[in-house]
Amino acid sequence: MRRVVWQVLAALIVIGVFSWLIGNAQANLGARNVASGFGFLQREAGLPIAEHLIPYTPADSYLRALVVGMLNTLWVAFWGIVLATILGTVIGVARLSKNWLLAKLMSAYVEFFRDLPLLLQLFLWYALLQGLPPVRQAIHPIAGVYLSNRGLSFPVLDWQTAHSWTLLAFILGLIATVISAKRATRKSLDDGRQRATWPTAVLLMAVMPATVVITLGAPFALDMPSPRSFNIRGGVTVSPEFFALLFGLVIYNAAFIAEIVRSGIQSVSHGQIEASRALGLKSSNTLKWIVFPQALRVIVPPLTSQYLNLAKQSSLAVAIGYQDIVSIATTAMNQNGQAVELVAIIMGVYLTISLSISALMNHYNARIALVER
Amino acid sequence: MRTPPVQERSGPIAWLRQNLFYSWISTLTTIVLLVVLAKFSAFVFQWGVVNAIWSVPTGSQGPNSDACKAVQGSGACWAVITDKYRFMLFGMYPFEEQWRALIVVLLFIGLYVMSGMKRFWRPALAGVWTLALMAIGLLMWGGVFGLQFVPQTQWGGLALTLILATVGVAVAFPLAILVALGRRSKLPFIRWICVAYVEMIRGVPLITLLFMASVMFPLLMPEGVNLDKLLRAQVAIILFFGAYLAEVIRGGLQALPKGQYEAAHALGLSYWSTNRKIILPQALQLVIPPLVNNFIGFFKDTSLVLVIGLYDLLAASRAAIGEPAWQGFAVETYIFVGFIYFAFCFAMSKYSQKLEVHLNQHRKR
Repeated sequence: MRRVVWQVLAALIVIGVFSWLIGNAQANLGARNVASGFGFLQREAGLPIAEHLIPYTPADSYLRALVVGMLNTLWVAFWGIVLATILGTVIGVARLSKNWLLAKLMSAYVEFFRDLPLLLQLFLWYALLQGLPPVRQAIHPIAGVYLSNRGLSFPVLDWQTAHSWTLLAFILGLIATVISAKRATRKSLDDGRQRATWPTAVLLMAVMPATVVITLGAPFALDMPSPRSFNIRGGVTVSPEFFALLFGLVIYNAAFIAEIVRSGIQSVSHGQIEASRALGLKSSNTLKWIVFPQALRVIVPPLTSQYLNLAKQSSLAVAIGYQDIVSIATTAMNQNGQAVELVAIIMGVYLTISLSISALMNHYNARIALVER
Repeated sequence: MRTPPVQERSGPIAWLRQNLFYSWISTLTTIVLLVVLAKFSAFVFQWGVVNAIWSVPTGSQGPNSDACKAVQGSGACWAVITDKYRFMLFGMYPFEEQWRALIVVLLFIGLYVMSGMKRFWRPALAGVWTLALMAIGLLMWGGVFGLQFVPQTQWGGLALTLILATVGVAVAFPLAILVALGRRSKLPFIRWICVAYVEMIRGVPLITLLFMASVMFPLLMPEGVNLDKLLRAQVAIILFFGAYLAEVIRGGLQALPKGQYEAAHALGLSYWSTNRKIILPQALQLVIPPLVNNFIGFFKDTSLVLVIGLYDLLAASRAAIGEPAWQGFAVETYIFVGFIYFAFCFAMSKYSQKLEVHLNQHRKR
């Protein structure tokens, strides 16, 4: 009986508060003559977006502007996750190095970048990038690379059909290498003989694509950037906004990932390593077969939340002028007053991103989890 | 292959051999790192000390930063700090009244230090907190005892950062306990509300909650009710902290063995007294280290109120370098502000590490 009373009471309070809030919102919106609903998405946005992965002009609709923003968020979050994982793993492993100086420097890195607000770091990187010389006096460390207050420009391959085939050959080679490496591992575990896998890898991932290149005669022409008076033509230019955001996200999150990796490696008991040595495993195989599989079980769950954090932190883009979903939605909000709908869209986008990352990582976690009987 | 016997040698040379030069790879690493470190330190010393400008003359049109502009790139301009530090620390708080904001900052620091010491961990601490927070409110607002009234719109700087973080945690903590208990409740509807709250808040960036607070909140209130921007931001921060703390506390609740609940049940304790007397004291003790780690994150996250136009420490510093004389000296300013944030966060981080060792002592044999 008491259970029912408590729940009904809670339900009444929640429903009461929400209907009160919604009633107020309707009255306020009515008074301001803002039409509610998502009809505005079809209207012309008239909002300039500097960086877009899909074609976009200010004459396009709000819907397209928001999609551009969402793609910008995904773009920076994707590269952020990839690069922060690489840097974080390197630092985490280096913290455990026997070299005292290396270990100390890496732990100083972790302490330092963890304890400064990300927003402050973003401002700092952005300020440093803006302090770079203008395009005319761009820093030019090696041929084709220009660093100026317009961002970082570097040459890219002039892409041809032949290159696509080569890439395809490389990807197929990569898949085949993974499969053959797994088979070799299984055989080794069966008969105890350790086999070298690198000859197969070289054959599949280097020789095969190289043959494709030579037979198709793919030309290697580079699209070089060249500085003009105010801008840089050709090549690829990474804007200072994107660069500062990505750099900040990577540097900051790598410090956290390093700690996750370190604690994961340290969680593997030393007896395991000694046992594998006693079995005569090479130290590379000890790492590959004994340490990493066990460390991953400890690493993956916190790593998942770190990825989620990184994706959410990319919303700080708004503070340095990279146009992500939050930045574009808030600009739209100021233009047309559709606050409720736009906040709902932002939340929908982030919930979708979060749930997708969680689902992927949980799937992976289930595969590496300890099988218990 | 036999490894040679371990040489039991001590002394600095043996230490160097064992820790820095034990193989050719490690020797190479050490040398490269030393060179990089030396170059970097030399640059920082040259830029930050040797070529630095510490103060500039102030004319009728404000500070004259020509000396700084002359060395820009090769020397730091610390003059921006000496000129603007009061604005960075206290924002637009009236200049003559800034001693009040300074006392508030010191009171906060005193509160933190006291709450960190285990010998003060008793119920009376809650009373001290209540009194101190009241005193802080009194000092900030004023309006009584001959203190000039200062509206919230003029609060800023470090004082504002500390208020947002501390009030945020102080209110979010009890909320988080309720939500964590609710998530494990046997009543499906209550559990459902708590899960929805935590997942909704944790699924979105804090920045969107702050935008909601600044844009949507006025829409949700009845005509005529106009909450202050600071209060709205504080509500958003409390909701955000609450969701994260609730998950940490839930972890502690889950870690307790079922026998504890059964024993309390056998004693005939009610739901609330079971939790108050048996469960929560143990669960909270278990999660103190992750709680402190969360506090560090929260402290840094308060800097995001900048995006809705509140003048916290970071925002006030950005405003300071908006002045024409100080444009272009952002790096020096951010270094100064970074130092303040770092001091607070590093202290908490070291404290959490010490606490972890201390709290785990009884588990060691």
